[in-house]
Amino acid sequence: MRLAALLRREIAIAGRNKAAILIPLVFFVLVTSLFPFAVSPDADQLALLAPGVIWVAALLATLLSLEHFYQGDYLDGSLEQLLLTTGSPALLALAKSIGHWLLTGLPLVLVAPMLGLLLHLPLDAQVAMVLTLLLGTPALCLIGAIGMCLTLGINRNGILVSLLILPLYIPVLIFGSSGVQAASLGLPYDGQLALLAAIFILALVLAPVAAGHALKISTS
Amino acid sequence: MWLWFSRLGSPKWFYELAGRWLPWTWALTVLLFVAGSALALLFSPPDYQQGETVRIMYLHVPAAFLSMACYLTMAIASVIALVWRMKMAFAVARSCAPIGAAMTALALFTGAVWGKPIWGTWWEWDARLTSELVLLFLYLGYIALHESISEQSQADRAAAVLAIVGVVNLPIIHFSVDWWNTLHQGASISRLQKPAIDASMLWPLFTMLAAFFAFFAASLMSRVRNEILKREAASRWVKALVKA
Repeated sequence: MRLAALLRREIAIAGRNKAAILIPLVFFVLVTSLFPFAVSPDADQLALLAPGVIWVAALLATLLSLEHFYQGDYLDGSLEQLLLTTGSPALLALAKSIGHWLLTGLPLVLVAPMLGLLLHLPLDAQVAMVLTLLLGTPALCLIGAIGMCLTLGINRNGILVSLLILPLYIPVLIFGSSGVQAASLGLPYDGQLALLAAIFILALVLAPVAAGHALKISTS
Repeated sequence: MWLWFSRLGSPKWFYELAGRWLPWTWALTVLLFVAGSALALLFSPPDYQQGETVRIMYLHVPAAFLSMACYLTMAIASVIALVWRMKMAFAVARSCAPIGAAMTALALFTGAVWGKPIWGTWWEWDARLTSELVLLFLYLGYIALHESISEQSQADRAAAVLAIVGVVNLPIIHFSVDWWNTLHQGASISRLQKPAIDASMLWPLFTMLAAFFAFFAASLMSRVRNEILKREAASRWVKALVKA
């Protein structure tokens, strides 16, 4: 199974660099903990802000961790070799997205409840936050891959990737944070979950194709 | 039909054809703008609620309409360019971007100017305003990506992929912000129903819409001509043209 082999390689290489895995997590915690300083340490206000703050921080952490999964392979030429041997750029892009999610998206989801506690998020909303992040972060990884693959050849492409990708992240952000908000008000949030799942599935089907095509363009 | 299609792919042929059409298209643009402005400013009644402020609509609605039509043109040109490897379509897509970005900025600006007296605020996080802002970001991202890649054909293809990704995302973004928050009035002109706007205002609006489309055609042709000269700078006919 080619996907499994690609995924094993991805995890072995990216997972070897522990610091690169930890940095997005520390970034996530740090950005979130800036808000009590910036706004107010008042528990009620923080609980009100928490869904949006945690979601934006998770989104930025995902975006900033993209580079680690692509740039190294691109610079040492192994990306080109992988494209030649796998034959399917979309499969390679999918493997990279899954690897990216397993090593950064999933840890973010696991750390999020702790941040929820720090920002006094109610328990119901905590559950909603984990569920929305669980559906939302894979979509963020998949969509982000398109922007990253398009800009591989460009020096210092971090800001450019943000400019290309952040507008496309807006739907995920809207449904993710509004789901958590609804839960903290005691309202049902299954609608938001369903829409996030729809976005995730759409991204799963279409994004690897676009990212794969972008990979072909960037390495040509 | 196929002859015409293959000719369209030839930069030289397009350059000459556009050169012949250009004076007429610009003349039509000026004519329509003069007529449209006269109708909108002098011969249309003030609104019973909004007063004279309603006249901003004659700029705002066509600009907003064109900002979306321009993105669609860009995306269609990108698909054609990627599928049939047509050089001209890349030039068209690239030329659409600055026009579209300008139209989006104009729509946002006129919207803000209109919003101040009517809604009492320059900016509201309303669904349509937000989608329009996102559209502006998409245009800027397209231009930034194209400018960042130095190799021409690579820049063309990468930007084309981005334009297509954007056009798939635009409806999703639009419906999600719609669901999120809306204040803007519904569309007043629909093909299926009788328009919810009086004929005395509809005709100036249509004239302005036509003027904007004529402007789009004319400025697109001018831009594509420049783009062709830039891209084909090494070819013999461009060198001969520059020398003459």
